[in-house]
Amino acid sequence: MTQSLFERIGGEPAVEAAVDLFYRKVLSDDAISHFFDSTDMDAQRAKQKSFLTMVFGGPNEYTGKDMRTAHASLVENGLDDSHFDAVAGHLQATLTELDVPGDLIDEVMTLAGGTRAEVLNR
Amino acid sequence: MTKVAFGGRAYEYADSETVLETLLRHKLDVPYSCKKGVCLSCMLRVIDGAIPEESQVGIRDTLRTQGYFLPCICPGDHDLTVASAEDTALFSRAVVSDVFPLAPDIKGVRLTPATELYYHAGQFINLRRADGLTRCYSLASVPSIDRQLELHVKRLPGGDMSNWIFDELQGGEVVELQGPNGSCFYLPGRADQNLLLIGTGTGLAPLIGIARDALHDGHQGDIRLYHGSRHANGLYLRRQLRDLAARHANFLYIPCLSGADVPPGVRAGRVASAVFSDLGGLADWRVFICGAPPMVEEAKKTAYLAGAAIADIHADPFELRDLRRKPRPDPSSHK
Repeated sequence: MTQSLFERIGGEPAVEAAVDLFYRKVLSDDAISHFFDSTDMDAQRAKQKSFLTMVFGGPNEYTGKDMRTAHASLVENGLDDSHFDAVAGHLQATLTELDVPGDLIDEVMTLAGGTRAEVLNR
Repeated sequence: MTKVAFGGRAYEYADSETVLETLLRHKLDVPYSCKKGVCLSCMLRVIDGAIPEESQVGIRDTLRTQGYFLPCICPGDHDLTVASAEDTALFSRAVVSDVFPLAPDIKGVRLTPATELYYHAGQFINLRRADGLTRCYSLASVPSIDRQLELHVKRLPGGDMSNWIFDELQGGEVVELQGPNGSCFYLPGRADQNLLLIGTGTGLAPLIGIARDALHDGHQGDIRLYHGSRHANGLYLRRQLRDLAARHANFLYIPCLSGADVPPGVRAGRVASAVFSDLGGLADWRVFICGAPPMVEEAKKTAYLAGAAIADIHADPFELRDLRRKPRPDPSSHK
């Protein structure tokens, strides 16, 4: 029995290690930070954690419909491919910084890339 | 049968329901989203009964100690009384002990509540005048040190409550108060952690309470209090804070003036710039931020980016934020 991606990448502790690194990169990027700025930082961090759990192949709280609904208002406010690519870039940089093996990074990036249509409401 | 009480009525759990499912089945207006204990949307507060620790996962410590939990991951197998964070709690009477000047446009108010108030320094109360006018004020007092409650009130142009407090309120008068509210306070434990307290204007009130509370508790880490104001007059209690710093080697007081004519011993510039030029990284710091909302939001983000964990950054709790901006509804008007 082969291990799932989530198990190979290190499970929940891996998500916990990545979430602040990732969210800080996103918040520091002026091109996209306004989509992530929130007075409720606890909830924002929880969302980022949920997102990372999903793209790490873990048990996730997102369904396709939720992703679509969750991003609809952002798309109305101009969320497009450039922003999606920027977030993906920060995800990749986070994983590299955490010394995640390249083949696992590829798997994560494939999962993340697969959400593009839903996130951008296409 | 086990039940959950909410809004004055009790609802029986059905088999293997969560508390949230029971409330929703009875068409109660409880906000929720993920139903998996992630998004924190459905957070409620337990008033009576025991909740499992697992139902508090992801909730910050200062809210957990007040009984906040996630009904979506709380199995319905215990008798509970719960309330939403916005529920109008009861008001009780308090007598004004004295009203005293702190600065030309800031006054202190000391209150003696009719029934003892169990609170943490740094929390806030809603103060209600006889005619129903209600405003919230942070507590500058410390329950383990001070016998009375202390509030700091800034006179606002056109402010109904603050002008009344300035011009008319006197010792002996009876007011009503509700509280305590808020999650911006000190919790014992991690005594070596450094504390960073950032405030502007009367945001100093809760921070003084938090600093004295931590010192009283024997906190060992550094406690750095940055107080910012546009005018030198707004840097009130300067002498008392310098005295406190002289008595405690780990307490540092840094007043900052963003306007002109900076007096000796006061830093020039905005409080946030002073903080972040003094301190490089904030990893492992506990941060408390009180004052004007734009400053608070900006400083929260900056503190997080500087390495502080979100759970270690304390400001006004999001659920009660709106209540702080508008007068609370008068329960008597619902009769």
